[in-house]
Amino acid sequence: MTYIPTSPHERDAMLKTVGVKTLDDLFDAIPQKHRFPNLNLPPALSEMEAADLLGEMASSNENVREDMVSFLGAGAYHHYTPSVVDHMLRRGEFYTAYTPYQPEISQGTLQAIFEFQALMSALTGMEVSNASHYDGATAAAEAVNLAYAQFRGKRKKVVLSPAVNPQYREVIRTYSQGLGVENVGDEATNSELGPEALIPLIDESTMLVVLQFPDFFGRIYDYTKLIETAHAQGALVCVAANPTALLMLKTPGAMGADMVVGEAQPFGIPLWYGGPYLGFFTTKKSYVHKMAGRLVGETIDSRGQRSYVLTLTAREQHIKRERASSNICTNQGLLALACSIYMSALGKNGLQQVANLCYQKAHYAASELNKLKGFKVHFKEAFFHEFTLECPQPASEINQHLLEHGIFGGYDLGQNYATLKNHLLIAVTEMNSKEDIDLLVEALKEI
Amino acid sequence: MTKIVEPTIFELSTPGRRGVTMPAVDVPETALPPKEFLRSELPLPELAEVDVVRHYMQLSKFNYNVDAGFYPLGSCTMKYNPKINEDTCRLPGFLFTHPLQPIETTQGNLVLMYEMQEWLKEISGFAGVTLQPAAGAQGEFAGVLMMRAYHNLRGDDKRIKMLIPDAAHGTNPASVGMLGMTVVTIPSDDRGNVDLKALEAACDETVVGMMLTNPNTLGMFDEHIEQVIALVHGCGGLMYGDGANLNALLGIVRPGDLGFDVMHFNLHKTFSVPHGGGGPGCGPVGVGPKLVDFLPSPLVGIVEAETDDVPPLYGFVTPKQSIGRMKAFHGHFGGGLVRAYTYIAMHGPDGLKDIAQYAVLNANYLQARLRDTYHIPFDRICMHEFVMEGQFEGSPIRALDISKRLMDFNFHPPTNYFPLIVHEALMIEPTETENKATLDRFADVLIQIAEEAKTQPELLQNAPNDTLFGRMDEVKAARELVLCCWLPEDYEKLK
Repeated sequence: MTYIPTSPHERDAMLKTVGVKTLDDLFDAIPQKHRFPNLNLPPALSEMEAADLLGEMASSNENVREDMVSFLGAGAYHHYTPSVVDHMLRRGEFYTAYTPYQPEISQGTLQAIFEFQALMSALTGMEVSNASHYDGATAAAEAVNLAYAQFRGKRKKVVLSPAVNPQYREVIRTYSQGLGVENVGDEATNSELGPEALIPLIDESTMLVVLQFPDFFGRIYDYTKLIETAHAQGALVCVAANPTALLMLKTPGAMGADMVVGEAQPFGIPLWYGGPYLGFFTTKKSYVHKMAGRLVGETIDSRGQRSYVLTLTAREQHIKRERASSNICTNQGLLALACSIYMSALGKNGLQQVANLCYQKAHYAASELNKLKGFKVHFKEAFFHEFTLECPQPASEINQHLLEHGIFGGYDLGQNYATLKNHLLIAVTEMNSKEDIDLLVEALKEI
Repeated sequence: MTKIVEPTIFELSTPGRRGVTMPAVDVPETALPPKEFLRSELPLPELAEVDVVRHYMQLSKFNYNVDAGFYPLGSCTMKYNPKINEDTCRLPGFLFTHPLQPIETTQGNLVLMYEMQEWLKEISGFAGVTLQPAAGAQGEFAGVLMMRAYHNLRGDDKRIKMLIPDAAHGTNPASVGMLGMTVVTIPSDDRGNVDLKALEAACDETVVGMMLTNPNTLGMFDEHIEQVIALVHGCGGLMYGDGANLNALLGIVRPGDLGFDVMHFNLHKTFSVPHGGGGPGCGPVGVGPKLVDFLPSPLVGIVEAETDDVPPLYGFVTPKQSIGRMKAFHGHFGGGLVRAYTYIAMHGPDGLKDIAQYAVLNANYLQARLRDTYHIPFDRICMHEFVMEGQFEGSPIRALDISKRLMDFNFHPPTNYFPLIVHEALMIEPTETENKATLDRFADVLIQIAEEAKTQPELLQNAPNDTLFGRMDEVKAARELVLCCWLPEDYEKLK
C-alpha cells in the first residue's frame, strides 16, 4: 500500500503539463547503467498484514510491563506515564509539525518549548535550558564542546569521573576525537573512589570536570567543595543528573555547577529499547552564546501579543556553518513536549510522590537484600533509587538465575568495572511493588 | 500592553491544586536523606488534569501541521505520516523493553533492527549500515568521523580539507567544523551541477573527501555525478552523500552503485517518521566496503547461527575499527525504526519507486505551473524539489513576504533563503502525498500573490493577516533574551 493520491488520469495530465510522456522520462539525468535497480525487498503488505507482522515482532519480546519484573536502570528507567501524556502527543497538530521556523503558525510548539526550558531550569536550579539534545550522553558531549569553545581550545583537559555512566564517557570520547582533547580521571584504578580523588587532576589546563548525580553507582555526594576547587583553577563543571532524583535532592545548580545536563527519559518517555530519549542541557546565562542547540525566547508579535521565537540562531549551523557551536538541528521536540506534559500532569505534588515512592522502595529493597547471606549493599554513601549490590557470585550468574524466575535482576557492573564483577546495579521505581521486591529477595535466597 | 493569548503552564498554576496522583507507599518507610542533601523548594506548576489538557489543546491549535494542510518545505520532505505507524510504535512489546535486557528476551526488536539494516543496505547499495545516529546531523558527524578514521589508520594524516558545494546544507560544514577540519567551498555551474573545473583544482593529497547532496538543494541531480566521484576518488578522497534528499532516489538509483562511500538517511524525511515539531529524528548511516570496519558501535548482527530447528540469535557486534559510540544505547528504536520499518514493509520495492516517481512528478508539475510567473534560475527537469526567486523587478517584495502571505491561504511557506546561491530563494518540495487539486490551488495562490506583489505590496508586507499571530519581533527576543518563565513572584504568598 502507498499513500499516493494521484489517479492515473491526473498523472497523465500532469506529465503533459511537464512535457514528458512517462514517469520514467523524468529521470534522464541519472546514469543509465544504474537507473531503476531492482530492489530485493519483501513484497508490499497491506495495513492489516503490517499490523499483524509488527504485532508478532513486538510480542516475541519479553517486556517489563507485562511479562517480567525488572530492576534495570543504568541510564533508562521504567516509570508510570499518565494517560494524558500520550493523548496530547497523539494530536497531529504537535507530531506532524516541523521545526518552528515560521513562528506565526508554530506558536504551539514554540510556547511548549519555552515552557520546557522553564521546567528544566526550575528542576536543575539553573538559569537557562535549551530546547533539548538527542539524549543524556550527547548532552554531556555538548558540554565538552561548550567548555572547549569557552577556552577557545586553549585548555584541552577534561576530567571525567569514573562514576559517570560508561556510555556517556564513550560518547564524550567519540565526540572529542578531532579536537585533541585529553580525557582523564576514569582509569580503572580510580573506579570505586569518591569525587575527592579527582581533585589532584584538576589544574590550569583543565577545561571541564564531568560528574554524575547520583553517580553511576547510585551514590549521592554534595559536590560543592569539588566544584569550588575546579572553579579555583578556572575550570567549568558539568553534572549529569537524574531528573527523578532532582525532585527530592539538592540540585547541582545549588552546588555551583556550570552546566547540569541529563537524560529526561524518566519523565514520560517510554523505555522503547533505548530511544528516542530526551537530553536536557541547562547552564548559566553567561554561557548561553556558547551553548549548542535550539533556544526559544519570548517576544511580541505585530499585534502586541506575547509570543515566542527561536532566538540566538546566529550560533547555529544554518547561519554560521563551519563556525557553528554544533551541527545539531533536529532535536527531540516531541519528547520535550512529553516531558512537559508529564511534569504538568503530575504537578509538584505528584512528582514529589514519584520521588518518594522511588526512594522508599529502593531503600526497602536495599535493606532486605542487605540481610541476605553473601549479599551486601556495597557503598556506604547515601543513595536515591539505585544502588550497588555486592553478590556472592559473578553478577552474570545471578542475573541468569533471576531470569529463570521472571526477573531482570540489575545491571552487571563487571561489564565496565573490573573490580565489580560480583556487583549488580539495582534500580527501583514506583513500578516495583512490594511483591516484586519480595520476589527478588526470595529468588536470591536460593543462591 | 502585551496581550496574553494563552498563559504559560506556570501562570496557570494554583498552589495546592493536584493533578494525577500516585499510589501510596506500600513498603515500610525510611527516613529521608540528611537535610543538607535535600532541595529546599520545588518550584513546579500545580494543576488539575483538565487544566493540563485544555492548555496543551489550546497550544496545539496554534500549530500548522501536515495533518492540517500542504507543507511544501524544501529539503524537509513533509509527507503525510501514516496513522498505522503511530500504533505499531506503541505496541507494548516495543514500548516496555529496556535497552539493557538480555538479548534472548528482545529478539523481536533485534530482528527488526537487523532487517532494517539489510533493507537500508539494499535500498542504498551500501555494504554496511549503522542505525545508531539520532538524526541526520549526527549521522553526518558519524560519517565524517569514519572518513577521518579511514585516512588516519592508513597513516594518511595530512588530509584536512573537506570539499563542500556552495549549495550544501549548513550541517555539512558544521559537522566538519566539529572535527577541526577545513572547509573548501566548491561553486555550482550554471546548470546547478558541481563546477568540475573548480573541483578538479581543489582535489589534491590534502583532501579528506567531498560532502555532496545529490539531488542537491536546488533539486538538481548532478549531470556529471560519475565524473565528480571519480575526481574525488582520484585524489584519494572519500565521497559523502547527504541523504536528506533520498526521497527522490528510492528505486531510481542507489548512491552506493554510483560510488558514494558513505551517506546518512533521514528516516524522519524519507520514511515517514513524523517530525514532531522538531524531532526526534533518526539518522542511520550507510557505508561502502572501505568504511564498514569503522562504523559506530554497536551494530546488530547474528551472534549464533541458525540450526535446523533453532532460528539465529541476533545480538550486538562491534566493528573492528569502530569510531565508537554516538549516543547511549542502540539508536532511535521505538519512535524511529519501528515507524520506518512499518512504512517500508507496506511499500515494498515497487511502492518505494512510486514514492520517488510521484515526488518528482509533483515537483516538476508545480515548477511547470509557476515557470511563467516566477524566475527559476536553474530551469531543467528537477527532482523532488525546485528553487525559484521570490522577487519581482520594480517591486519591494521579498521571499519572506510571499511566505507570510501564503499563510493567509492556509499553506505552510516553502523554505526561505536557502540555498544561499539563489537570490530570495523559495525552495519548494511538494512530496508524493499531495494530490493535483492541492498543487493547483497552491500554484493559483502563488500566481495571485505575484500579482499582489505588483499591485498591493503592503498586503504582503503586513502578512500574515488571517492567522492567530502576526509577525514576530525577533530582534526584541534576541536583545532581551527572556528564555525562562518562572512562577509569579507572589506565588508563595498565595498558599
